[in-house]
Amino acid sequence: MLLLFAAFTLWPMVSSWWYSFFEWDGIGPATDWVGLANFEEVLGSGRFWHAFLNSFLFSMVAICVEMPLALLAAILLNNRRLRGRNLYRLFLFLPVVTSTAVIGIVFAIMLDPSSGFVNQALRSAHLIDAPISFLSEDHALATVMGIDVWKSFGITLVYWLAALQTVPDDLYEAAKIDGASGRQTLRHITLPVIAPIGVVILLLTFQRSMNPFDLVQAMTQAGPNYATDVVGTYIYRYAFNPDLNAPRYGFACAAGVVFGMITLAMTALQGPLLRRQYLKRRG
Amino acid sequence: MRRLQLWHLLLVPLCLIWVYPFVWMVSTAFKSEREVFLGGLSVIPDEFTLDNIGRAWETAHFGAYLSNTAVFAVTTVLIVLLVAATAGYALGRGDLPGKKVIVGLLIATMFIPHGYTVIPILKLVDGLGLNNGLLGAVLATAGPAHVVPILLFMGFFAGMPQELEDAARLDGASYPRVFFRIMLPLARPVVGTVALFNFMAAWNAFFIPLVFTLGRPELRTLGVGMYSFFGQEATDWSGLAAAAMISLLPIIAIFLFLQRSFVEGIAGAVKS
Repeated sequence: MLLLFAAFTLWPMVSSWWYSFFEWDGIGPATDWVGLANFEEVLGSGRFWHAFLNSFLFSMVAICVEMPLALLAAILLNNRRLRGRNLYRLFLFLPVVTSTAVIGIVFAIMLDPSSGFVNQALRSAHLIDAPISFLSEDHALATVMGIDVWKSFGITLVYWLAALQTVPDDLYEAAKIDGASGRQTLRHITLPVIAPIGVVILLLTFQRSMNPFDLVQAMTQAGPNYATDVVGTYIYRYAFNPDLNAPRYGFACAAGVVFGMITLAMTALQGPLLRRQYLKRRG
Repeated sequence: MRRLQLWHLLLVPLCLIWVYPFVWMVSTAFKSEREVFLGGLSVIPDEFTLDNIGRAWETAHFGAYLSNTAVFAVTTVLIVLLVAATAGYALGRGDLPGKKVIVGLLIATMFIPHGYTVIPILKLVDGLGLNNGLLGAVLATAGPAHVVPILLFMGFFAGMPQELEDAARLDGASYPRVFFRIMLPLARPVVGTVALFNFMAAWNAFFIPLVFTLGRPELRTLGVGMYSFFGQEATDWSGLAAAAMISLLPIIAIFLFLQRSFVEGIAGAVKS
């Protein structure tokens, strides 16, 4: 297992650093040492930063929109008196288990401007006059982000539900005896207790949402006109695009390293938050 | 109490949005090409047809993709289980030298995003002579995917009473025998969780199978097959819907069958 770990986790990390110093097409050994030129090119490339910004927007939507909404839904579904709550949870979780690439294509068809289901339904309900082309240059990014939320809402919901289960029942009872209202209980008991797990959920959501490769590649291939380009598709284009005559592995590795470093730094920024909450819990 | 039930007004439409794409997919898969082309919002097909499924299965090779995916997913799960269980046992029970360093390294790699390591992995598998094969894709998927499973197994085995092992050793059981006959069967809950999640991940994997089957169309998995089918026949909506149904039904069936363990597995992982 150490061998496997070294071969598939450590070695790739180290060697992608190494390769990033070469102009290398992946055929034969890497010999064309170019120093930091690849890095300069990545950092100076407007398209890379554009892709990075899109990746970042994906995770901002996940953190600022999806997480609070999922928390709200979790608080609702955690109430034992709500009828059918297991069924709701089941339905909301269903997209999580399905293949992102397949789902992306199903949505691409449903959102087709000429006779896709969504446009037809909206038109027959007289909500819109002209069909909306959801995957056009102007709307594609928002559409794909919406589908990303649809796809991963269930998993965040289940995370929050798990967090809510950790609140001891006697705390609720004590609050009730003291005459706390529902809102007060939520504000002063539920939220503080689940905050430490909330930080973990934040971290998990951040890491997942920075990499929407499957969905973007399946639905738009980063298009139209790079409107939905994310770092995953950017790297893929340089390393594997069949239209490119010679892949640029070295350059793709450099882009990967830069992206990895920035994500790591952003994760590390959340570190102090994590530690503080952890210490609080320890008391 | 009343006010609580009012939330149903919000939750029911929400769930409809969440489920409708699947309803649409199944309904379109059984509609005739003509009906899909003309449009229409009805969920029930005018004329019920199995043509699309036949077309997806035969012409678009989804039958072959289905078995590729099954082989890919099962092999991945077996490798992950074998590696994670043995590693977790070694780290959880014995006093392996450098144990702390290894565990520390494992945890550290969890926090480093490794989406960008696919190129060296591809080169490595290439070097092993397994490129453009399903086994290569299996190794590339199973190789890096074992940190969480190892930690799960480690935690479980560390909590087992020492007497159990001692007793078995006294009875003359060899080290591997203790592991395979006593420890592994006891770890059934962990095996189940790990198998379930890795199976799901492998079934839905897209990036690695895509990269590894670029030159070998006959080895595509369902997700990759769907992607290239869409690339070639973007207007064959009923055929695509049928193909999507073939791809998703097995995993949805498994999920519905085991949904309790699914949800509890995730919840447990977050809590710890």
